[in-house]
Amino acid sequence: MNARVLVLLCLPGLAHAQGFAGLGGEAGGFALPDPSVAPAFPDDHGAHPDYRIEWWYVTANLTGPDGTPYGLQWTLFRSALAPREATGFASPQNWLGHAAVTTPESHLFTQRLARGGIGQAGVEAAPFAAWIDDWRMAGPDFDNLDLAASGPDFAYDLSMSATGPLVLHGEAGYSVKSGKGQASYYYSQPFFAVEGVLRLPDGAVEVSGHAWFDHEWSSQPLSDRQTGWDWFSLSFEGGAKLMGFQLRENDAAGYSYASWIAPDGTLTPYVGDFEAEPLEMASLDGVEVPVRWAVRLPQREVAVDVTALNPAAWNALSPPYWEGPVTITGSHEGRGYLEMTGYE
Amino acid sequence: MTRAVLLALLSHWHRAPLQLFTLIAGLALATGLWSGVQAINAEARASYDVAAATLGEGRYARIEAAAGGEIALADYVTLRRAGWQVSPVVQGRLGGVRLVGIEPLTAPGGIGPATENADIAAFLTGAGQVFGRAEALEALPGIDAEKVVAPDTAPGTVVTDVSVALRLLDRVGFDALIVAPEQPLGRPALEEIAPDLALRPPQAGSEVGRLTDSFHLNLTAFGLLCFAVGIFIVHGAVGLAFEQRRPVLRTMRALGVPLRRLVALMMAELLGFALIAGTLGVGLGWLLAAQLLPDVAATLRGLYGAEVTGGLRLRPVWWLSGLGIAVLGTGFAAGAALWRLARMPLLAAGGRRAWAMADARSARWQGGAALVLIGVAVGLALWGEGLVAGFGLLGAGLVGAALALPVVLGAGLAIAARLARGPLAQWFWADTRQQLPGLSLALMALLLAMAANIGVSTMVSSFRQTFTGFLDQRLAPELYIETADDDQARAIEAFLEPRVRAVLPLASVETEVAGLPVELNLARPDPTYPQNWRFLQAVDRPWERHAAGEGVLVNEQLARRAGLGLGDPVRLGPDTVLPVLGIHGDYGNPVGQVIVTEALFAELHPEVVPRRFGLRLDPDEVPAIRAALVAEGLPEGAITDQAAVKRFSMQVFERTFAVTAALNVLTLAVAGFAILMSLLTLAALRLPQLAPVWALGLTRRRLAGLEMVRAVLLAALTALMALPLGLALAWVLLSVVNVAAFGWRLPMFLFPWDYARLGLFALVAAGLAALWPAIRLARTPPAALLGVFANER
Repeated sequence: MNARVLVLLCLPGLAHAQGFAGLGGEAGGFALPDPSVAPAFPDDHGAHPDYRIEWWYVTANLTGPDGTPYGLQWTLFRSALAPREATGFASPQNWLGHAAVTTPESHLFTQRLARGGIGQAGVEAAPFAAWIDDWRMAGPDFDNLDLAASGPDFAYDLSMSATGPLVLHGEAGYSVKSGKGQASYYYSQPFFAVEGVLRLPDGAVEVSGHAWFDHEWSSQPLSDRQTGWDWFSLSFEGGAKLMGFQLRENDAAGYSYASWIAPDGTLTPYVGDFEAEPLEMASLDGVEVPVRWAVRLPQREVAVDVTALNPAAWNALSPPYWEGPVTITGSHEGRGYLEMTGYE
Repeated sequence: MTRAVLLALLSHWHRAPLQLFTLIAGLALATGLWSGVQAINAEARASYDVAAATLGEGRYARIEAAAGGEIALADYVTLRRAGWQVSPVVQGRLGGVRLVGIEPLTAPGGIGPATENADIAAFLTGAGQVFGRAEALEALPGIDAEKVVAPDTAPGTVVTDVSVALRLLDRVGFDALIVAPEQPLGRPALEEIAPDLALRPPQAGSEVGRLTDSFHLNLTAFGLLCFAVGIFIVHGAVGLAFEQRRPVLRTMRALGVPLRRLVALMMAELLGFALIAGTLGVGLGWLLAAQLLPDVAATLRGLYGAEVTGGLRLRPVWWLSGLGIAVLGTGFAAGAALWRLARMPLLAAGGRRAWAMADARSARWQGGAALVLIGVAVGLALWGEGLVAGFGLLGAGLVGAALALPVVLGAGLAIAARLARGPLAQWFWADTRQQLPGLSLALMALLLAMAANIGVSTMVSSFRQTFTGFLDQRLAPELYIETADDDQARAIEAFLEPRVRAVLPLASVETEVAGLPVELNLARPDPTYPQNWRFLQAVDRPWERHAAGEGVLVNEQLARRAGLGLGDPVRLGPDTVLPVLGIHGDYGNPVGQVIVTEALFAELHPEVVPRRFGLRLDPDEVPAIRAALVAEGLPEGAITDQAAVKRFSMQVFERTFAVTAALNVLTLAVAGFAILMSLLTLAALRLPQLAPVWALGLTRRRLAGLEMVRAVLLAALTALMALPLGLALAWVLLSVVNVAAFGWRLPMFLFPWDYARLGLFALVAAGLAALWPAIRLARTPPAALLGVFANER
């Protein structure tokens, strides 16, 4: 039953990644984001069971002592079968964790599933704690968090400390996802400094670098013509950052959005100006996926090549998607993370 | 015109009803055997799978409360939060139905029903859903959960979400936690986080499962052989019918029937026969399987405590494949005849040339083909790899040997004829040679049937011997017990020492040897081991030397993967290198195994205290010791009476063996039938050859007697050839196909008495087949014999 369970569970709500697929259902009884109500912290770090889907997403660009670049993913998804919470197995909330480590040579990934209501997985706002099984992201406050996950062939244990403020995407956290107005709440903490240990098949590696945290929740469908999304989080040398995504449509130009984040955390939204164009494809699991992109944001004179550190960063879960570290060259230099869904 | 042509074609069968009967019966029997074997195979396998799948019984390790009783939800969450990949299970009875609750998000794959239309939201929320077979769902008392029919659930069992099961059974805790095979790095030991829980390793049942897989594969190969035997019969009947109809065909073509239409009509005719015979065959196979299956079902019920429907489900795939193979087989058997018809010159001699009297050229062609096929078989045996090569070797070898049979028999008879003294003997040998082409197809069928029987009975008996030996080896102790912690282990061991004949500690540690994952086991010196363990290769007195610490014992899997032979060093630690003293068969175990002495085990892994023990004691004392152990505080669930498990396992296999024995008799009967049909067909044709001998003074009775002798003689010669062929077949099944499919070789044992008995059966079958034609000959009116001289043919 398991594989199918996953598909079924995931269809109404996978990720950032699956944000796209997750948004693809009717709102039916679930709460909807309201542009007049901005997220409030620390409460909104926690779970929103009235919304259909939600995710807490960490991606990190790390470096080993010998200069080897690494990428890391830690994700907790919540998918609700009904807009309420209850204790015990009666809870309609289900949880899904994805974790991955990407090296230039390999991509290790694994997942966890859990029922809500019994304490096996959940998120508490303050002091912040998000967990599924032994995986956790927790700390005394949201600026100082420990991050850990383990799989059959890898594990990691990191500590993250914020060096800048939270940033709210779209209109103060109200992030529109299509021309028809579908939206989510979406904020990030892109300024985490990270250090810790990766346990890989070849042994333990001390790493340091930076991480990007996203928290997004919603209930609303995307337009049924939207087939997938490409999401970029780019950290440039000099401290500026760019988050941009485009939702691909089968018969029209997709919806795109970008947040320009200045080194001090000031965010400028751009609707429809962000451009990403595939330059090179790789075949993974029989699927053609772009692994090098030309990314432009003319208003900020950004014209860069974004190249996968390891083209094989394919999370062969259900549904499968691509998520991995990238390097940036061109008008700006730096590192970042790329996520691509809907290439099945 | 079509109708007229069809009537003309069909009129042949009206004149030769025996041929029609041979054709239909041969095809029906072949299809029947094939589909019978398939049905038994499929049903038995499905039953094992279903029984094993519900709960993954045996396949996965389980965590249970050490002192018996329930596991609390909090304990489950504690284990999950510590990284243990476990999934809760609760089960109980509701209105006579076994209700199993699983947690679908965490259950390892393959547990519970897998249905295409599963709706996870409906399964997890509200009143929930209950999956089961229709009859099990009906037997459930009124419940609020939605009932969903899922035919792949074990009989008498329904599966639901764990929360629904807890509610329906009015329970709060779980019976067990199933441990997923893959666990994350760095999780703490069970006793650190949940000292009240105990880990139970997977049951030996999973190893048995791998053995049965091998058995079923071999049974499938056997089904295919049965079908080949039948096809030989059909080939003979179709070929004969075509030859006999040559004048009719020539006449029709001369009258203007287009060749294309003629061929099309003959193909349609054959298709009709194939469908009729195929339907009969599928029915036959179904009857056969239905007769043999209830035994298997009864045993499975005993083994798994789960009800397995003894009745057979008529799966569409199954009867369609039966029909399909009948049509394909007919096409294969008739292909050559149709080809010849299509190429027949319009004005070819219309003379009635008995097809059976094949000419020398076709004999040479056949000999050549036989040589090529045997060459291919030898090549595949030497250089082939994998399952396909194994089956290719099987096919090429068998067909090659069958084709070579007439050539070999002909040569043998030629030698006999040269050695013969006296006119009667010379005539007998010469006449036998002359008759050989007509009988060769039937003899080929006999050869294949006998070879298949020898091969399969060798395989089955070797399998049984290996399996029994393996069970004896692994399950020798009368009782197995499992203690919850180190203290209890020491206390129980001390308690038992004076009370039983031997206490054999069991412990296993996962480690690495030569870069491969292996389980390190320990053995305490005891007569149990030398008495029961059989080695594939071993030094002299391996257990004595093992006890003296001179070396280690490894399983076949490790030996194969690491390329270890006797005496080769095995590195177990930085300073511990010991030679291999013996290599043992370890059927079904996916990983390598190294057995060391208790002392060395303690030295290498001082932290591991054996908690499982095998107890050797007088079987009569089992109940008393059991009671004493329970009184000492060991829960019932921690004591296993392995003798019972062993008995059950053996019963399953004994019944399956009985099934193959029955099939053996049937194939021989089919071959005997082929001989009978050939002899009957030949009888009419042979009259001109027999009449002069009769006219020279040999009585009809004497002639009939000689006919009998001839049939038995040919059968005996065929049997002689079948023996090496059958042994080769068994060798391929055990040493090539099995290794390719499962990675280990089944040892081959020889059973001369079985072969002798089989040879005798073959002679009896041939004699019986020759009896009727012989009686008919003895009763032929002299007028008919005289008529040979009176008429122009």
